Parts: sequence; C-alpha cells; structure tokens
Amino acid sequence: MKSTRLRIPMRAAPYVFLLPFLGLFFIFGLFPMLFSLFLSFQSWEPTAGLGSMQYVGWSNFTFAMSDEWFWKSFKNTLWLTLASGIPQHLLAIPLACFIHTAFVRLRNLAVGVYFVPYITSTVAIAIMFGSLFSTDYGLINQGLQQLAKLPLIGAIFPQQNIDWINNPDHLKPVIAMIVFWRYVGFNIVLYLAALQTIPEDIYEAATMDGASRLQQFFHITLPSLRPMIYFGVTLTLIGGLQLFEEPFILTNGNGGSDQAGMTSAIYLYRMAFDFNDFGAASAMSWILFVIIAALTYLTNRAFRERSNVKEAD
Amino acid sequence: MQGTIQWRRALCRVAQQLPCILLAALLSPAAHAGPTLTVAAFPAVDEIVRAAMPEWKKIHPDVEIKVVSRQIVDHHSAMTTALSTSSHLPDVMTLEVGYLGRFAQGGGLEDLGAPQYGMHNYQALYVPYAIAQATSKNGAISAAPSDIGPGTLLYRTDLLARSGVTEAELNASWDSFVDAGIKIKQATGAYLVSHVQDIKEIVIRTGVRPGEGLYFDAQSHVLVKSPRFVRAFQLAKKVRQYKLDARSTQWSTEWSESFKRGTLATQMSGAWLAGHLENWLAPNTAGLWRATQLPEHGWAGFGGTFFAIPKGIPAQQKQLAWELIKFLTQNPKMQLAAFKDQNAFPALLSTYNDPFFDQPIAFLGGQQARLIWREAAGHIQAVAVHKQDKFAEEVVNTELDKVLDQGKDINAALDDAYRLLEKRALR
Repeated sequence: MKSTRLRIPMRAAPYVFLLPFLGLFFIFGLFPMLFSLFLSFQSWEPTAGLGSMQYVGWSNFTFAMSDEWFWKSFKNTLWLTLASGIPQHLLAIPLACFIHTAFVRLRNLAVGVYFVPYITSTVAIAIMFGSLFSTDYGLINQGLQQLAKLPLIGAIFPQQNIDWINNPDHLKPVIAMIVFWRYVGFNIVLYLAALQTIPEDIYEAATMDGASRLQQFFHITLPSLRPMIYFGVTLTLIGGLQLFEEPFILTNGNGGSDQAGMTSAIYLYRMAFDFNDFGAASAMSWILFVIIAALTYLTNRAFRERSNVKEAD
Repeated sequence: MQGTIQWRRALCRVAQQLPCILLAALLSPAAHAGPTLTVAAFPAVDEIVRAAMPEWKKIHPDVEIKVVSRQIVDHHSAMTTALSTSSHLPDVMTLEVGYLGRFAQGGGLEDLGAPQYGMHNYQALYVPYAIAQATSKNGAISAAPSDIGPGTLLYRTDLLARSGVTEAELNASWDSFVDAGIKIKQATGAYLVSHVQDIKEIVIRTGVRPGEGLYFDAQSHVLVKSPRFVRAFQLAKKVRQYKLDARSTQWSTEWSESFKRGTLATQMSGAWLAGHLENWLAPNTAGLWRATQLPEHGWAGFGGTFFAIPKGIPAQQKQLAWELIKFLTQNPKMQLAAFKDQNAFPALLSTYNDPFFDQPIAFLGGQQARLIWREAAGHIQAVAVHKQDKFAEEVVNTELDKVLDQGKDINAALDDAYRLLEKRALR
C-alpha cells in the first residue's frame, strides 16, 4: 500500500523527470533573458537596489543605435569573426581530408593534437599568448630579432620589436590568430565526422571513371560536406559574434588601445559593470541578438538555396 | 524481501528525521558563537582585517569576524550585485577609492554622519582629503578611510648619477623633468617613465577648481578642453617624441621586468610601490631607489581603502559593524600594524607622529621616505567624482593614443573627446 503511494503517476512522470532541467533553465536561462529585456527599457543605478529602476521607454535603444563605440565594437567583432573564421574552415576542410586519408592508426592522436587548444582553459591560452607576444621579452619578437640578423633574408624581417598587444593595428590580427588556432581543431573534428559518412564506393567509382584526387575533392567531398559546412559556419558565426574571453584577457579587460580588441560582448559587459549603465548594456545585447539572428538566417538561406537547387536538378 | 522492507523502513525513518537534523546543523554554530560580522574585502585588506582579529577579540570576545576575500575587480562586481539585490550583503564593505564615488552616489550605503554613528565628531581624526573623498554633495559620509596612497616620484639614483641629473632637476617642473629624461635616455638608454599616461594623469589633476571633477563640473559640463588637458597632452607628446616612455602598462610583464633590469629611471606612484619593489618586483635593486615629491608639486593620491556599512543589513549588525570600522580606522595600533605589515599608509592622523615615520627605509638607501609621503598626504586635494568618470578616462586615453600613435592634432583629439562625453554626461 505504502509503495503505491510513493509511486509517481505515469502521466506526471515525464514532467517530474524534466523538472531539474526546467528548474535550471528557468532560473539560469529564461529569467536572465527576460530580466535583461525588462532592463533594456529601464534606467537603473544598481548600487541603489532594485527599487531604483525607472522606465525610460526606447531611449536605451536609441542611445545604443547612435553610440559610436557600440558600432566601433561591432565592426571589430565582424572583422575578428571573418579574419578568424574563414581561415578556420579553409584550413580545417583540407586538413580533415588529409587526416582522413593519410592516417589510419594514428588518426585519433592527430585529431587529439589539433583538438587540445579547444579544451584548454581560455585564461591559460590568453596568458600564454600574452607572454609570447610581449614586446621586449616575448618569444615571437626574440625569434624575429634572430631572423633579422640572418644574412641575405634578414632584411625582410622587422629590425625593431613589434608592439603586438598595445598597437591597435597589430592587436586585431593577434586576437584573430589565437581564435583561429583555438577553434581549427574543433572544425577538423566536425569535418572528419562528416567525411566518415561519405560512402567509399562513390570514390571508387570516380577513380574507375578516371577522376583525379582534386576532381574527387571538388565534386564528391566538398558537396557531401555542405551540410556540415553550414553547421560549422553557423557555429563560427555565432561564436565569433559573441567573442569575449580571448580579447578580454589579452587586453586586461579593457579592449586594448583605441578599443581595437573591444568586441561587442566586451563592450556591453563594460557598459554594465565598468560604466554602470545596465539599461543601455541590456539594449545593446538585444540589438546584438537581432543582428546574430539575422546573420544566422542569411547563412541558412545561402546554404539551403544551393542545396535545394541541387536537389531540384 | 524482508531485507528490502527493512531497508525501506530505515530510509523512511531517516527521511522523517532529516529536517530536524538539518535544522540542528544550521542552528548549532549560531547557538554557540554569538554574533558574527562579515567583512567583504580584497587583498591585502583581507590580511589587515585578519591580523586585527586577536586585538578585536580582546574587546569583543563574543563577536566573530568572517572575512570574505575576492580579487579587487571581482569584489566590487560582487558588491554591486549584493547592493542591487539587497542580498548576501556583508556587514562591513571594503571599497577602493576608484569605486567609492559610484557606490556613494547609489545611496545603498549608510550615512556615517548620521547621529547613531557620529562620524562628524571623528572626521578630524583622518587625513582631510580622504574624508572629502568619502563625502557626497549632500554632505553624507558614505565610508571611513582606512589607508591612503600619497603619490610621490620614485627614482633610480644610479641612473641619475650616470646621467649627471640631480633630484631637483627631476621635480622642479614638468619641463625640467622631461629634459632630465632626455639626458638619462642619452646617457643610460633607460626610459624616464613607464607610460606617458602616468604624466597625463598627474597633470590633469593639477589646477582642478574647487567643486570641479576631473572631467565634469558640478553641472555635468565637460571639462576636457580646459588648459590642464591641453598641457597634459602636449607634455605627453613631447615625452613620446623623445621616446622617453617604455609604453608598458602597470603590472604588465614589461613593467615589472623594467624594474628588475634597471631600464626605468622613475615611477610615479603611491607610497605602497616601495613595498612591492622590495618584496617581489625588484628586490635586487635595494638601495638604488629614492622618493621625492612629484614634479611641480603635483600632489596626487594613488589608491586608498574605505570601509562602509550597507543600508540593507539588520540594525543590530550596523552598530557592531561601526564598532569594527572604528577599531580598524581609529585605533593607532591597528593602523600602524597595517602600515608596517602591508604598506597600507594610514589615514589616521594621530599615527603620523609615531617614531616609525622617522625610521630610515633600507630599500630606499636609508631615506626617511615616510616623511615625504606624510607631507604629500597633507597637500592632496579631493576632486568631485562623476558617474561617467571611468568612461571619460577611457575616452581621454584613447584620444591621447591617437595623438601619440597616429599624429592626431591635440585640439582635434580633445574636441572629439568632448563630443563623445557631452553625449554621455547626463546619462
């Protein structure tokens, strides 16, 4: 009798099992999002408590849209997304193909080596690159100095130390390079998984028809990878537009000289916690959300349309 | 089957008793310990409070102190969140001077000038500028100062000697300071300053009118086109033109290495830097450094710590918190202990005649540097704070970078800074 009382009714069981997730989702997922939406229409001095909020209508949005630094940070973000994202895929696809065909026994080891940066702590990565790119005592500049001393080819290397982190012109490429280095392994794993799903017999048939390796790559591999490229590009786009950790740590949290490394995510964080404007920061985060959603939709359309045409053919 | 039933019964019994067990566990320490004061702090204030505990226990044996320590930025973010939600508030909130104005303006802190605290009766005990920093426009005193950072110029005697430069040349005027830097660079290759922004920071603080802030006046008018900014930019440009700054930011690898390797001739900073140099930055340079006043007597404070009481804590805790704050900031023994152990220069005036101030400092070649810092502390003026100060600082630094790196005209740069700040001034 007792045991039947403790039993959960069959109808309620799925909801009870979902409860831990739903609880966490509502507290840490949905509530902060809705609160930030609410906040984007308020003026709030956080140290004065929740009661100090004042409704200000759309003024946070109009301020954000006309804020020079918001657009400056967005341009930085877009630049970094493209400069770090495009090479990621351009390199990951051929590298995945190479690992797929050249490695048999050591394939997992090779993939693991490329994947290590992805699972390494961002803080450790940023600190490591911070010391590597240090102006006077960094290994990169020391290496360049040694190369500059070489006869004949020495002249093509810079004769003076390069200020990688503090010079706005150099900071962006450094950040893009770190992001590229970090995520290329992740994309290799994605493409490798997709390559393993392409049937071998297509390649065999192509070989018998006299197709070269290059022709096979462009006419079999690449079209077969298209769904994964769409997935990978979408992840890169969303991740790139939300870029925060690497430039944040590398520039001591301020975005660097002339805000060259200040991404949109860093700027809206700083708007809230450094410049104390939570309302404008929330408005900016929603504008950023709309932009990311629009760009993701466009990426989707770009890939879908082609595949539809292909299917129609 | 029998075993399963017994097991189930045992589980049911535990489940029935669980609330009682948990309640007892929660209540038992409180029943034994009496009141507990929570102090939220950052390094090295956390160490100062912990070190004061034995003396505190002699006066208040029943009051426990719990120190919650975070890194300085995290600490202030956590305090912002605590004040905004009125939850997890500490009884005593430590505030760094850079954050004090913002927190005071929010109105979430007790006015220590209120009768139950009576800070107005004690304010003469503290160095005047620190009290002014804690006092808002409406006269409320939001916090009590614990330590201050009187600014002086630390310089390397060996580099000066090799260059034939005297101390008087260094600090007579900003122009002579730059000229001395040119000589030092020529003779030794060492940089005059770590970054030109250090000079700009002092020069924009020189000549601030009473009631004015650094970047905004009392009516939120933007002040960045005033002569002090023009001069600061001109001086910075000259310093960069002669390549006299190492272009290294404070606490960076380059910055700390430049102390160790002797490639930096001077550093403008608070009194605390001598302690850092001695303890870990450059212990190998013992005896080579001296302290002197900043050029043109540009009195400036570099940091400072305050203790505040949040409004949202229970009334009985507030009184105890105030007792602890008085103990930490008005007890000469505690203030001197913090000075000796953590280089926290006291805000309490009665400590200034202690023989410790006259003692020579071995790291500074036996110089009685504490007397120089004490003199500086007496001259520093507090400037009014504005909500947008931090943003303004960043805008001005960005425009300075453009002047220095991209050759932007100084007036055009200050015009651009003005335009950006005008848009924010009233937000």
